[in-house]
Amino acid sequence: MTINPDLPILFSPLHRLQWEEAQQKYVILYPEGMVELNQSSAEILKCCDGIRNLAQIVTTLEETFSTTGLTNDITAFLEVALQNGWIQQ
Amino acid sequence: MAGSNNNLDAKALQITPPRWLLAELTYACPLQCPYCSNPVDYAKYPSELSTDDWKRVLSEARKMGAVQLGFSGGEPLTRKDLVELVQHARELGYYSNLITSGYGLTEEKIVQLKEAGLDHIQVSIQASTQELNDHIAGTTSFNHKKEVAHLVKKHGYPMVLCVVIHRENIHQMPQILEMAEELGADYLELANTQYYGWAHTNRDLLLPTKEQFEQAEQIAQAFKEKVAGKMKIYYVVPDFYEDRPKACMNGWGTTFLTIAPDGVALPCHSARDLPGLDCPNVNDYSIQEIWHESKAFNFFRGFEWMKGPCRSCDEKEKDFGGCRCQAYLLTGDMYMADPVCSKSPEHAVIQHAIDSAKVAASLTSDEKPLVFRNSKNSKAKSLVDGKGV
Repeated sequence: MTINPDLPILFSPLHRLQWEEAQQKYVILYPEGMVELNQSSAEILKCCDGIRNLAQIVTTLEETFSTTGLTNDITAFLEVALQNGWIQQ
Repeated sequence: MAGSNNNLDAKALQITPPRWLLAELTYACPLQCPYCSNPVDYAKYPSELSTDDWKRVLSEARKMGAVQLGFSGGEPLTRKDLVELVQHARELGYYSNLITSGYGLTEEKIVQLKEAGLDHIQVSIQASTQELNDHIAGTTSFNHKKEVAHLVKKHGYPMVLCVVIHRENIHQMPQILEMAEELGADYLELANTQYYGWAHTNRDLLLPTKEQFEQAEQIAQAFKEKVAGKMKIYYVVPDFYEDRPKACMNGWGTTFLTIAPDGVALPCHSARDLPGLDCPNVNDYSIQEIWHESKAFNFFRGFEWMKGPCRSCDEKEKDFGGCRCQAYLLTGDMYMADPVCSKSPEHAVIQHAIDSAKVAASLTSDEKPLVFRNSKNSKAKSLVDGKGV
């Protein structure tokens, strides 16, 4: 499964992305399960709003964190996210 | 209350916060499944926490870090305050799972629960045919359950279908998988029976042969590959046919907190059967006190309680010596290595159980009837013995 660069990316409505105060981290919640996220993964998933496509997400994050060259890392993570059903296209 | 267990210096341990709260709202259930994990003497505990008590329990556990919440039972839908509790859970930020037989679940209720913030509904189905489903459930329920599964999907919940696997339905594995696909399940939980509570009582009639297990597992594995990306399969392993025990509860008092209908706090839902734990009640203590200081929650924390061969085993940090309740039920000694482990000196009891089930398989249902989970049988069990065997 690979990311289609033209289509918008949506965080799955069958999952929930949530900040956990007790753990001081973002987590993905789904039936009887939880995945703990590091900060960069959480920032990527927060951009998956069903409007932006891959290139737009990269642009947003590069602007937010005043950096460049994030395309490969973001693409690799989103492919994992797609395989796990955390995001949809 | 103090950590008075002499096996353990609780202060030396890093106590992790609870992540999973199982709220067993009631022991009432319209179904009579003979593998129910509720204690066989549940009739001895008829009292139920009030709505306010449950809300306090949810709040206290959430504050400590619990995030996954299971509303279970019995049948949680028999509680009139379920919607109110779901709403409270949502406000607190829990991810709430309703673990239900689907019995009595209407479209109106499904919508109400969604609006209150319920995240997911797990519907159990007992078999792939009406005849067997209704026989195992002890209630006419098959068609309604399938209807409920459709409604759960229709209203945008992730749909988890749960089928408990045992000797009476294991031959239906291909049809069960087909049914899950037809119903559009997002997750399918294939839960090989774990032999506690009523399943322990009925083990001779429920435990399949190794050949049956292996064949069913092969079919499930092939299906898992076929539906990858569409449906997730949770396969609960049949530990009687494993060489190593399960890492029960992810380690005692590390992750899971169960609250029984009467408010008794349990490190696992079968722990009520263990002697001398003095499991605390939420009517007497806060969740914070229970989790950190109670004798019950400290009893098997860490490794100091272990005896040989667990104590010196290089796998003890992986499986924590297996399940304390299984050790007690099968050997009478709750400190014993889980007898599922081939290193356990009591491992032979597993083969005896398998042999005994083979003998029972040749008997008629008149000679060896299933004991269904209902109040009448529970009252009888409560009189015969107090420890749920």
